[in-house]
Formats: sequence, structure tokens, C-alpha cells
Amino acid sequence: MRPTLLSNPSPATVGRIKALLFVLCLLPLAASLWQAFSGQAVNPVETLTRDSGSWALNLLLAGLAISPLRRLGAPGWLLRLRRMLGLYAFFYASVHLLIYLWLDQLFDWPAIVHDIIKRPFITVGMAAFALLLPLAITSTDGWLRQLKRRWGQLHRLVYPLAVLAVVHYLWLVKRDLTEPLLYAAVLALLLGLRLWWRLRPTLGRQVQ
Amino acid sequence: MLICRATDILPSEITPHSVYLNRRQFMLGSAGLLLPVASIAALPASKSRYSTTDKPNSRQDITSYNNYYEFGTGKDEPAQYAGRLKTRPWTVAVGGEAGKPRSFSIEELLKFPLEERIYRLRCVEGWSMVIPWVGFPLASLLKQVDPTSRAKYVAFETALRPGEMPGVARRVLDWPYREGLRIDEAMHPLTILAVGLYGEALPSQNGAPVRLVVPWKYGFKSIKSISRITLLEKQPPTSWNMAAPNEYGFYSNVNPAVDHPRWSQASERRIGEFLKRKTLPFNGYADQVAGLYRGMDLVKNF
Repeated sequence: MRPTLLSNPSPATVGRIKALLFVLCLLPLAASLWQAFSGQAVNPVETLTRDSGSWALNLLLAGLAISPLRRLGAPGWLLRLRRMLGLYAFFYASVHLLIYLWLDQLFDWPAIVHDIIKRPFITVGMAAFALLLPLAITSTDGWLRQLKRRWGQLHRLVYPLAVLAVVHYLWLVKRDLTEPLLYAAVLALLLGLRLWWRLRPTLGRQVQ
Repeated sequence: MLICRATDILPSEITPHSVYLNRRQFMLGSAGLLLPVASIAALPASKSRYSTTDKPNSRQDITSYNNYYEFGTGKDEPAQYAGRLKTRPWTVAVGGEAGKPRSFSIEELLKFPLEERIYRLRCVEGWSMVIPWVGFPLASLLKQVDPTSRAKYVAFETALRPGEMPGVARRVLDWPYREGLRIDEAMHPLTILAVGLYGEALPSQNGAPVRLVVPWKYGFKSIKSISRITLLEKQPPTSWNMAAPNEYGFYSNVNPAVDHPRWSQASERRIGEFLKRKTLPFNGYADQVAGLYRGMDLVKNF
């Protein structure tokens, strides 16, 4: 098949797309820092917290969208962007967590432990990060080869952690649930499609 | 040394020098736009011993970071949309358990002796500001309607104008916004009706033309754009309490010892500061107001 940009790009083109994505994924952080430190944001710490949390979720969902998109006919090279999206989700989640530990809690560890135990939205947020951490560590080619089949099993943790991350958002909002429910709907669609494709053959056989 | 007192307020604090220099153009521009004079004129206000010495937040901060859900749930939405609210003419109906119930026009409210009250404001979300309000004690208004002996509570209602308030199309809260105080809280000298900010008429996003300010309670108690005040024998329903009774009590006194069910209230981020500071009981007004709650269980009556 003749290489074309969309269906079958050359390795060099994919490399360029990845480089572009690398830069694109840094833009939200740059925008947030600019807002926070140029004096536009009245509450800069809140701006940084909210933006880093939102982009961790956005990139997590973007990563989770790739395999359904593939199944619906999108080209295969999209799969090669998935690791970067996942690692950037981890990067933004780390920024989000660091702001909490430092600017909210001043690294007061007893207070942090108390907070994790006492506040359900912190509990689920921390749980989501705890599940994301091993996925980030084992994201390298070396770990992929070493863990073999178990690598795939391990990385299925992304499903429960995405649910925890959305629940974290739902539980922290004061009153207007519009935005967290939007995230919940997108996640439900992405996970629902997987479940549907997995169960459909079985269901079909039962009908026959 | 009486003369020294006059330096308390520099004329330039009331009228910025640039406005003074361009005064003719300013007046012409104002007349051309048919702006009501009251919305631009400086409000003469005396200083008050109830003011804090904390440094006030900038006008920019105070007018661009607001919770006013009638204009949207984003902090920046009130500044964008609240200008749609027509604040003239405006009347506040004061009635209920009152010997002389009556309405007050905004022009009548502006004739009360106005004071500058620089108060701390602590939001239930965990941030705070210092705000130079201009207003007068709520007690002065209530005395004029002659509360009866059955007046144990005061209920407040925000105007409901679906045509001017884009946020009320969605039932985020049960509109109109309602708040309430016990009569002794309402009559307390710290409790004011604010009609101004930074020596000028109150900006729309801050609750124009008249709002309540109760500095020892979480910000949502300080209801904006008041259209009705009713003296009652029974405790009135209040908006956030109706929305989430386990999270927002009727009293909602600032209390670092009683956490919101979902987040801590032990500390707050003062807008303009990077790190958090400790939250004070009754937002630092304990000396003046703790007596109102003597013998009450403030964990149960949160």
C-alpha cells in the first residue's frame, strides 16, 4: 500500500507527529502557568490545581479513546501515540498532586494522611494516582518485554483508575455537576464500547 | 490636633487623580450614556471602628472572582453577566412581623448614614478576601419597621429576574436565592447592608444595588441583590441548606473546628497570598459575636 499521511505514514512522519504531540501536550501547562503568574488569575493556586487536574483527566480519556477509535476504523499509527498520552496524564496528575502536597498541605504528612483517610474525594484521588504510578513506571519498552503477557494485565488498571479519577472530580464539586458528569459520560462511553464489543459475540451465540 | 484627622482619607482615594483631571469629559461621557448618577458617584462614608486593619484586596480581585450563581457557576461569570441586572428602579420590601411594614427605594437606602466597613470575607470553599464595603447597620433599617415581639428571625430574598439572570435557567439552586438570620444576629452592629465598595456604588457582580454582609459567617450567608426582607417567628428555609442540608447549616458561622463534610475548614487561602493561613473562629470576630451563641453546641448547630 502506498504510504499516505492518514492511513500509513512513514516512520519519519509518525516521529514528527509524536514530536508535535509532545509540544502540544505542554501547552496547557504553559497556559496555566501564564494565567497564574501574569496576574490574570485571582486565585492562582486554584487555577493551577484545577487546570492540572482537568488535563490529567483529558489526556487519560484521550489515551482511552485510541483503541475504540482503531476499532471504528481509525489508522493504526494512532496506537503509537498512546504511551505519550498516558505519560502526560501521569505528568499532569503529578503536578496536581504536588500542588496539593505543597501549597495546600505544606508537606504536613500527618495532616495529609488524615485528609486521605477522612475525605472521600481525596481518598479516591490518591487511589487513582497510586494505580497510575506503576503504569507510568512500567511504560518503557524494557518493562514491556520483561513482563510479557502480564504487562497487558497490569495496564488494565487504567480502567478502574479512570473511574476513580472521575469520581474524585464528581465528589469535590460544590454544586454544579455539569462538568464532572460530562467526563463521566465520556468515560462511560469509552468503557461501555469495550464491554459491548467483548460481550457481543457471547450474547450473539446465546441468541442463536 | 483635630485637623490631623482630615488626612485619613485623601481626596485622591475618593476620586482618582486621572478622573479628576478629565472631569469634564467624565461628566459628559456619563451624561451621554445616561448612566444613573448614583452608580458612578462616590459614596460619602465615615470610618468605622469595626474595620479590620488587614490590607484590603484590590478592586480587581474583589470584582472578578465572585460566587453569584444567578449569573453562572464560574467565578468569572458574574463579572461577565451581572451588568445585565437593572438596579434602578429598585425597592426592598420589608415586612412580616413588623408594626410598620414598608418598602424602601434604593434612593432611600442610600440616605442612611453610610460607613466604610473593611471586613474579612471567608468563603465556605476555603478562600478569603478583605473587602472595604460601604453600608449601614441592618439594625438601622429594621428599627424603622418596628419589629414585633414575635420577630425571632429575618428572611432575605434575592431578586429573581430570569430575563436578566442567565444562571437561573438551570436549577442549580432552588431560586430565588434565600438566606436568613436569627434576630439577634440581624441586629448585631457588625451586620450591615452594603451599598458600596471602595467608596463607590456596589458593582453588579458583588450584589448591587444592596446586599447583606455578615462577616463572621461563610460568604454565602451574605445574600446579594436583596428584594425582600421578612421578619418571622420561625426559622426560614435557606438556599444552600435546602440544597445540601448535611453540608450547609442555618448558622454557618466560620468555624475551623467544624469541617465541611467534604473538605477541611481549618485553613484558608487569602487571595493574594500563596500559602494558606489558619482560619479563625467566627472569622476573627469572636470577641464581638461569640456571646450570641453562648451555651449552643456549635458542632450540632453548624
